[in-house]
Amino acid sequence: MNLGKQIFLHLLVIALLAGLEYLLPVYHQGVFARVMVLAVFAMGYNILFGYTGLLSLGHAMFFSAGLYGAGMTVYHLDWGLPLAFLTGIFCAAALSLLIGLLALRTTGVAFMIVTMMFAQVFFLATLYFGEWTRGDEGIVLPQATRLIEFSGLHFDFSNPVTRYYAALVLFAVVLFITLGIVRSRFGRVLVAIRENEERTRMLGYNVFANKLWALVISAGISGAAGAAYALLFGYVGSTFASVQYSILPLLWVLLGGASTTLGPLIGTVLMYYLVDFSSDVLARAVPDWNFSYLGVVGVALILLVLFFPKGILGTIRARWARWLP
Amino acid sequence: MKPLLIARNLSRHFGGLKAVDMVDFSVDAGEVRAVIGPNGAGKTTLVSLLCGRIQPSSGVIGFNGQDITRMPAHLRVRAGIAYTFQITSIFPNLPVYDNIALAVQRTLADGRSRKALDASVRDAMLHVGLTERASTPAAALSYGHQRLLEIAMGLALHPRLLILDEPTQGLSDGEVKDFIKLVRTIRKEATILLIEHNMDVVMKLADRITVMDSGRILAEGSPRSIRANAKVQQAYLGTADA
Repeated sequence: MNLGKQIFLHLLVIALLAGLEYLLPVYHQGVFARVMVLAVFAMGYNILFGYTGLLSLGHAMFFSAGLYGAGMTVYHLDWGLPLAFLTGIFCAAALSLLIGLLALRTTGVAFMIVTMMFAQVFFLATLYFGEWTRGDEGIVLPQATRLIEFSGLHFDFSNPVTRYYAALVLFAVVLFITLGIVRSRFGRVLVAIRENEERTRMLGYNVFANKLWALVISAGISGAAGAAYALLFGYVGSTFASVQYSILPLLWVLLGGASTTLGPLIGTVLMYYLVDFSSDVLARAVPDWNFSYLGVVGVALILLVLFFPKGILGTIRARWARWLP
Repeated sequence: MKPLLIARNLSRHFGGLKAVDMVDFSVDAGEVRAVIGPNGAGKTTLVSLLCGRIQPSSGVIGFNGQDITRMPAHLRVRAGIAYTFQITSIFPNLPVYDNIALAVQRTLADGRSRKALDASVRDAMLHVGLTERASTPAAALSYGHQRLLEIAMGLALHPRLLILDEPTQGLSDGEVKDFIKLVRTIRKEATILLIEHNMDVVMKLADRITVMDSGRILAEGSPRSIRANAKVQQAYLGTADA
């Protein structure tokens, strides 16, 4: 049911993003490459928050596990990019398995707090082990390390066009993985856990194991985003492990629409430009005040939760298009 | 008859309250057993212990020749014990179809086939008469239909033992009649343990009745003998029997 329509819509979005590469000015092309990678992060977050109903405040640690896992292996060990990318995903997934075994014993607010505390530990660890991570200052990956030579093909990820398409490929793959999960029986069980955990258990499902899988997949995707971020943009720093990178994916997903496949992309694009735009406007309007963009983020979060809890695609689905996955 | 379910010395204490107190209880395969008793007698606590939603303070439970005392609830469901909640428990935001599919997809031996899943879901909807409401969100169903949906989910698990916790609570007279008919068809496939306040339903359906009071079993026997039991009349039936 509706499968054809859903696949068509997702392909259309990917084609649109590919077309934008020709149309956009250089600055916005750079923004979109970044946004697509961050949207992958949001899609990973959405698996756990939107579909499974678990609100984590610790996803910065999975994103940055991917970031450091990929970046540090390239920088210190000189591993090739494909292997570094996989290492990033592996680090995030393995970390989430360990943390899930502990944190998933809690629910609700306790789960939020436990995940946030673990993420803070991870953040502080990136500072503590500054000898390897270079802490706040971070690691800049030299251009020479961000190349793939593959049987005559030559990819240089410091080239904006290559970077754009690499981000698009990752985005497209993860988008279809998400669609696959959502339409699968496993996806239906995740939604069931969100809707009524006790009933799901009394249908004979191992709720804990399903939640753990959801967390590992969610973290694996977030880690893939982090790894891609490190390799495409060449910078690895502890800012990405700080608490704001746990809150941002929540915001992107809420704005675009939790438990919709395309909501994370829409939310990430809009939020990115909103922050960009409002920083300019505020700086011009009241030049003496030193606005932090986190203020804009906070206000947006409060407004969304109060007045627009379904987000953009969630509202469209509820009103007009029930077939949206 | 060999018992399908046996509990020995089963107790559950909440602080000082002995909700279930040293109960010996067994259900034979194929019977319809009713558990009755005044509010607070420990009926729901008893079945919650049997299906694993809560852990006993002491005692053992056997099902189908296996000790299940320490078995987690979801594995007991897989072993064949299905439970429908006293307070309707469904997936309110999902369509009727998905509610039942969630029950079916766990039990299908052939886990791959979409067709087999679809056929079983349609069977279950037909059985309780919800076919026309397949795409209605469960929350939009009438209360009576929600109860039927929950029974359909229980049935779709193909249980050996189906526990119905006050299934007719809040139903209209007509719906209660349909419910009695439904249970008579279900009993061909499963043993039924029924907690029920409506004595009319109990007398019509039960092969045997267990009467509980203050966490203990007060009496057990056929509907006729329970009706005649002086102790039971005093504790319970005297005020409720119609």
